[in-house]
Amino acid sequence: MNRGVAVSYLVTRIATLGISAAILLYAVPPLVRTGSWTALAILLAAAAGIGYLYLTKRHVPAKYLVPGTILLLTFQVLPVLYTFSVAFTNFGDGHRGTKQDAILAIERESLAEVPGATDYALTVATRDGRVVFLLVNRDTKQVQVGDAEGLSPVDDAEVGLTGKVVRAKGFEILPAGERDADVQALAVPTERGAIKSVGLSRAIEFEAKRKYDVSCDCIIDGANRWTADGDRGYFVDGSGNNLIQGWKVNVGWANFGRVFTDPNVSSNFFETLLWNFVFALASVFVTFVLGMSVALALHSPKMKFKRTYRTLMILPYAMPAFAMLLVWRDMFNTDFGLLNRLFGTHIDWLGSPSGARLGLILVNLWLGFPYMFLLTTGALQAIPRELTEASGIDGASPWQSFRRVTLPLLMVALTPLLISSFAFNFNNFNLVRFVTAGGPYAVDNNLVGKTDLLITYTYRLAFEGGSGQFGFAAAISTFIFIIVATVSAIAFRRTRAQEEVYS
Amino acid sequence: MRAIRIAGVVAAIGLVLGAGLGLAACGGSTPTAQPSKDKGNGKLEIWADPKRTAALKPFADQFGKDNGVTVTVKEIAENLQQTFVTASQQGSGPDIVIGAHDWIGNLVQNGSIDPVNLTSAQKSAFEPSALKAVTFNGQVYGAPYAMENLALIRNTELVPNAPATIEDLVKAAQDLKAAGKVSEIMCLQVGAAGDAYHIYPFFASAGGSLFGTTSSGDPDPKTVNVGSSDSVAAFAKLKELGEKGLGALKTSIGSENSISTFAGKKCAFLVSGPWATKDVKTAGIKYDISPLPGFAGGKKATPFLGVQAFYVASKAKSKALAQEFVANYVTNKDVAKALYDADPRPPALTAAIDVVKGSDPDLVKFLNAGKDGFPMPAIPEMSAIWGPFGNAEVAVVKGEDPATAAAAAQTAILAALKK
Repeated sequence: MNRGVAVSYLVTRIATLGISAAILLYAVPPLVRTGSWTALAILLAAAAGIGYLYLTKRHVPAKYLVPGTILLLTFQVLPVLYTFSVAFTNFGDGHRGTKQDAILAIERESLAEVPGATDYALTVATRDGRVVFLLVNRDTKQVQVGDAEGLSPVDDAEVGLTGKVVRAKGFEILPAGERDADVQALAVPTERGAIKSVGLSRAIEFEAKRKYDVSCDCIIDGANRWTADGDRGYFVDGSGNNLIQGWKVNVGWANFGRVFTDPNVSSNFFETLLWNFVFALASVFVTFVLGMSVALALHSPKMKFKRTYRTLMILPYAMPAFAMLLVWRDMFNTDFGLLNRLFGTHIDWLGSPSGARLGLILVNLWLGFPYMFLLTTGALQAIPRELTEASGIDGASPWQSFRRVTLPLLMVALTPLLISSFAFNFNNFNLVRFVTAGGPYAVDNNLVGKTDLLITYTYRLAFEGGSGQFGFAAAISTFIFIIVATVSAIAFRRTRAQEEVYS
Repeated sequence: MRAIRIAGVVAAIGLVLGAGLGLAACGGSTPTAQPSKDKGNGKLEIWADPKRTAALKPFADQFGKDNGVTVTVKEIAENLQQTFVTASQQGSGPDIVIGAHDWIGNLVQNGSIDPVNLTSAQKSAFEPSALKAVTFNGQVYGAPYAMENLALIRNTELVPNAPATIEDLVKAAQDLKAAGKVSEIMCLQVGAAGDAYHIYPFFASAGGSLFGTTSSGDPDPKTVNVGSSDSVAAFAKLKELGEKGLGALKTSIGSENSISTFAGKKCAFLVSGPWATKDVKTAGIKYDISPLPGFAGGKKATPFLGVQAFYVASKAKSKALAQEFVANYVTNKDVAKALYDADPRPPALTAAIDVVKGSDPDLVKFLNAGKDGFPMPAIPEMSAIWGPFGNAEVAVVKGEDPATAAAAAQTAILAALKK
């Protein structure tokens, strides 16, 4: 082993160990605090494993594979699995927490002042270390102490100008903000309800109008009752109306089934899917053709000012895409847009389905060709010029030598990148969201726009229609994942065949 | 040699584990040692959007000084509502959040906020419409501090007198257009996706409605009225104002260019709110503010009333302190004035309005324009309206059939509400 390798080996080893130790030190305290013992065990086992791996001289291949594998698991596999698991729940707005959370929220919401309740001036104090309320009746000036047992009179108390107790024998006044949880938790029982604090200087007698009853697993409010429905995660009354506070429940395959059974979703699914494919394929094709053409032109040895041209070509790629998308949207504006002013026309570019679709691909071409240009330029450097020269000597025309020699070699290098570009464009949310927002819509169909991709359509269905439905969105995301994974797998399989031919 | 290496490995792993456990022990023991300070700890955290953060800072600090606690105001740049709900759920949310009153329905269904208990004296200090806006299911959920609504802003050099009806407005603008003084009838943002908030006053004036009403007068999510015959008639009126009709409503005017088009003197009328006056003043335009005109012989043009309010998070770590801040500090006249100075929107406290009225004539005019305003429904179902309604608006503005467009919107809204 030469010296350079030894040093770099040492450096990477120290770095890997250092980073894993740092993550460990950072993550352990919060995990312990929340009592997440399983996560802690996994973390410690992983750290011990890494420590063992990099401190011995054995398992050399594993030393190279483990960091990538860990990153793959953390950032690819885990999110996919998590999304998949969310798809089996009704997780979303109104169903975020547990049933206990929902019950607490319902009871809190129904807390109402007891009619004609006394409005006490409150001082929070402690007696023998326990939080109590020193209460002054604003009308009678009578001072009482309230604790978990109830109210009792206080004899030796001094009431200040604000009407609050400022000093009392046997009590220690508590500074603002201290022992907040205890202050919140204290409810002084009374005949009709309980006295609770309102802020730090008032206390009022409240009663909870709605109460949870374990025996019937329901919420009772006078004569009304709402029974827990474990399938929907709601408390429901006899006529099917529910209280708005719900909880998270498992719904099995319902979210997946909805994609096929809900006519609002299924009737538009295939048209959207078709356009989605057209959009992604067309985007990859046009950006690649333009990017490659420019790269080939600049690859020619006869070309002058190459550097200037290359800089100009990269410009769209260097600008912030978000801002550019909005600028493009404004350029398409019928009355104030640059395009119509330039051509002296009055066309509603994004207002017609074909115009909007072409517009999107045009914007994507502008944004995307520099990427393809860079890739092709790189790949071209790797193809020896002798090959094209040889084919030239053999009598091939420039087109023939491009078609038969350069292009196949380029494709070997670029196909995997074209596949990833396809996957990216298949889910090109930002472009559609910012330029057309899915529109235009057919006048009789308000559910799906003519330029909606599956991902923008999903987003609208899940997050803009009423409330965030993460479970349902996760189910559609799973479908999108399956589609993209299938297409990519087929494409990679074909690439491998191609590689075998040319390598 | 080999033994030494193994010993090294064991020592290193031991060190890592030891350090981890050691820290864990510290982290774990802090709360248990002093149970009184495990929550609260004399800290108050407020979340606000970027526009309000700076305005809040000084008087948050003042509250901290008065009560001997530390108050932090954190700026959430994007998606404050969703961020708050998610963070709250996980127990990492703030004690107080500031937002529009139409969030209340969603925050309540997620159990994210608590009712705020105000005395009847405190309640009566607010403008009645502001208090009504933050009331949901009979409970007051926030302390309102600012109100906003749409009004008609007009260029007084071009149009000295406020139009009484939309017909008058269009007539005046057409004359100006013929004289070459403006290029647009009015600047009302529609955009490619439609804008239900800005078109609603005119939709309502033409007789349209979004929801039915319950017996208590609240919007009833069970009856969606967007597809009703009255609403179809209202959409037909909007069609007359649209691109194939009078050209007063155009999809080419959207949120990104409506105020700048007015500031550039390309239109004489702007439908917008208090947030627009700054740009208009900067452009040096002489302007006046008047209530939105309705259709001749129609109902009043009722803009949505929006209220900005302070909410107490149900999972606040310093809830008593948060309640104190929201119920007893924000409701103070001087604080309302300070907030107004930092961000001039009409205050929700009647007393504060009286204080700032003299120095800001626009404020009274905006309040006047919002007099008949309709508090934007706070029910969660409202969010299902925006998209489909906007699409129907765009369709009729482009000259499509109102009945088809309204029916499609109705279908889409019902589909979104059916879960």
